[in-house]
Amino acid sequence: MNWITKTFPNVISLGWSTDQGWGLAIYQTLYMTFTSAIVGGILGLIFGFGLVLFAEDGIIPNRPLYWILDKIVSIFRAIPFIILLAFIMPFTLFLVHTTIGVNAALVPLSLGVFPFYARQVQNALISVDGGIIEAAHAFGATTSEIIFKVYLREALADLIRVSTVTLISLVGLTAMAGAIGSGGLGNTAIAIGYNRFQSDVTLVATLLIIIFIFIIQFVGDFLAKIASHK
Amino acid sequence: MTEQSPIIQLENIDVIFEQKKQTVHAVKNVSLDIYPGDIYGIVGYSGAGKSTLVRTINLLQKPTHGNVVVKGTNLASDNGGNETYISSKDLRNERKKIGMIFQHFNLMNERTVAQNVLFPIAHLKLSKEQRQQKVTELLELVGLADRANAYPSQLSGGQKQRVAIARALASEPEILISDEATSALDPKTTNSILLLLKKLNVELGLTIVLITHEMQAVKEIANKVAVMENGEVIERGSLLEIFTAPQKQLTKDFIDTATNLEDGLRKVQNQTIVENLQSPDVLVQLSYAGSSTDEPLISTLFKDFNVSANILFGNVEILQNTPVGTLITILSGQSTDIKAAIASIEANGVKVSILKGALA
Ligand SMILES: Nc1ncnc2c1ncn2[C@@H]1O[C@H](COP(=O)(O)OP(=O)(O)OP(=O)(O)O)[C@@H](O)[C@H]1O
Ligand SMILES: [Mg+2]
Repeated sequence: MNWITKTFPNVISLGWSTDQGWGLAIYQTLYMTFTSAIVGGILGLIFGFGLVLFAEDGIIPNRPLYWILDKIVSIFRAIPFIILLAFIMPFTLFLVHTTIGVNAALVPLSLGVFPFYARQVQNALISVDGGIIEAAHAFGATTSEIIFKVYLREALADLIRVSTVTLISLVGLTAMAGAIGSGGLGNTAIAIGYNRFQSDVTLVATLLIIIFIFIIQFVGDFLAKIASHK
Repeated sequence: MTEQSPIIQLENIDVIFEQKKQTVHAVKNVSLDIYPGDIYGIVGYSGAGKSTLVRTINLLQKPTHGNVVVKGTNLASDNGGNETYISSKDLRNERKKIGMIFQHFNLMNERTVAQNVLFPIAHLKLSKEQRQQKVTELLELVGLADRANAYPSQLSGGQKQRVAIARALASEPEILISDEATSALDPKTTNSILLLLKKLNVELGLTIVLITHEMQAVKEIANKVAVMENGEVIERGSLLEIFTAPQKQLTKDFIDTATNLEDGLRKVQNQTIVENLQSPDVLVQLSYAGSSTDEPLISTLFKDFNVSANILFGNVEILQNTPVGTLITILSGQSTDIKAAIASIEANGVKVSILKGALA
């Protein structure tokens, strides 16, 4: 115990439940990750499915719609996240009435992650064998049956895999958002650990992020394995 | 049998693919009548347009021009160059009456055998017991009743195709389209699948459209054949007609692949006895179909004409319960006797072609 207080003095003094404490930081990271994962995930799924279904060889080809989705995804993917953070502040202000704190971070996080996820979803769906889709058509399946019973089901394991990857990169993005003051473990590592030369804090914050990522990876791999029968 | 009306009518079907750089005329003015109970073989080399043509039957491929009529329902109609199609809702219903199997099986990997088989009838809202019963029934039909809970990845190619057949039959269609269904299988498995198709044809009265590039498959089970080349049907007829009297070179080539004839001919030509053939002896090919096989033709040649026959190669196939045979033999004797012998053979309904040597 003595050794710990000696080696990690600042970690201990930050405490658990103070307003800069570890408990809050962990909670904020989880909150930012999962809330923006839900919002960005839904957007990404919609765009990803749209990109496959409306494509020229998709089941409901629609050139203008495909073009619009494709361009939106490409443009948002091209903006570096750190610039996106600053760039969409007015929009953030309008949406959540603040530009600082975890809630403000949700907007850029969601927008930052969705194009990345959309492309991954698109790839997962494209890898569903066209022959399987054709067979579904031949047996008189409706469009919604093909989307939900064929695409979604056949690509499920891949979708879990790309969601895992996306979630992990989202944790990285929360750390970046944290650096500019939104809170969470990233904030702890930079604003406290780095700026105040408390490297023990940086170390512990980093370790916690790594553990968090490992857990996501483990759960994701496990679920993907259950879902896959290929 | 052909008193009935066709179950599938394709009339003047054209399929044209407009691409950026070029136009592909994949099917050119093809008309085809398929009758209930037929196993209609469609053969042709890769790119001939077989799949494209057959996919117009269930409108997986919309024809550019022409009429598609299945069981009396117009799926595609040509109104003076203006092509119209059945509504997509009605089309889905019609498609349930047409089963289809594919070269690569196209089973859903993430569903069990039972779930795959039930997929086409998911809309029927059957009870759990009814579904169970349906699955058992269908899987028993294809001989896989014990694999209901397996996933496709746990099955062999032949087993996968059996599951695909069970799935295709789930909605109790009267028509089954088979697009190269045995092309990915080894010869033994191919045969067992063909036998299964034949069984379904006989027991359920299933009409089968069998696309293949293997004449062997057609020979095994089809009763009618169409040969396609460059988007056109260049020759068609009953299996027997096509095999015994092929008109086009392509058809002959295909037949050769299904019999040992070509190979036999080559070997025969290389024999010294053939290389040293002395006039007036001739090397002839005798082709016969049906009852003439029963006549002891060859043995009468010596007795009646003093011509001896040295048989170098023989092949007999049973097509549609009719024996179809080929003999390659050297006829030797006096020139006039040989002529008389050949005339007598031909009079018995056997086709004679001279492969080497000449009649004086
Ligand atoms: N969707 C398409 N777009 C453009 N061209 C096509 C399309 N589908 C087929 N074709 C062309 O139409 C022609 C006939 O193709 P099809 O697939 O019907 O041949 P096939 O006889 O079934 O050959 P295989 O034995 O290889 O299956 C080919 O030249 C092919 O390139
Ligand atoms: Mg084909």
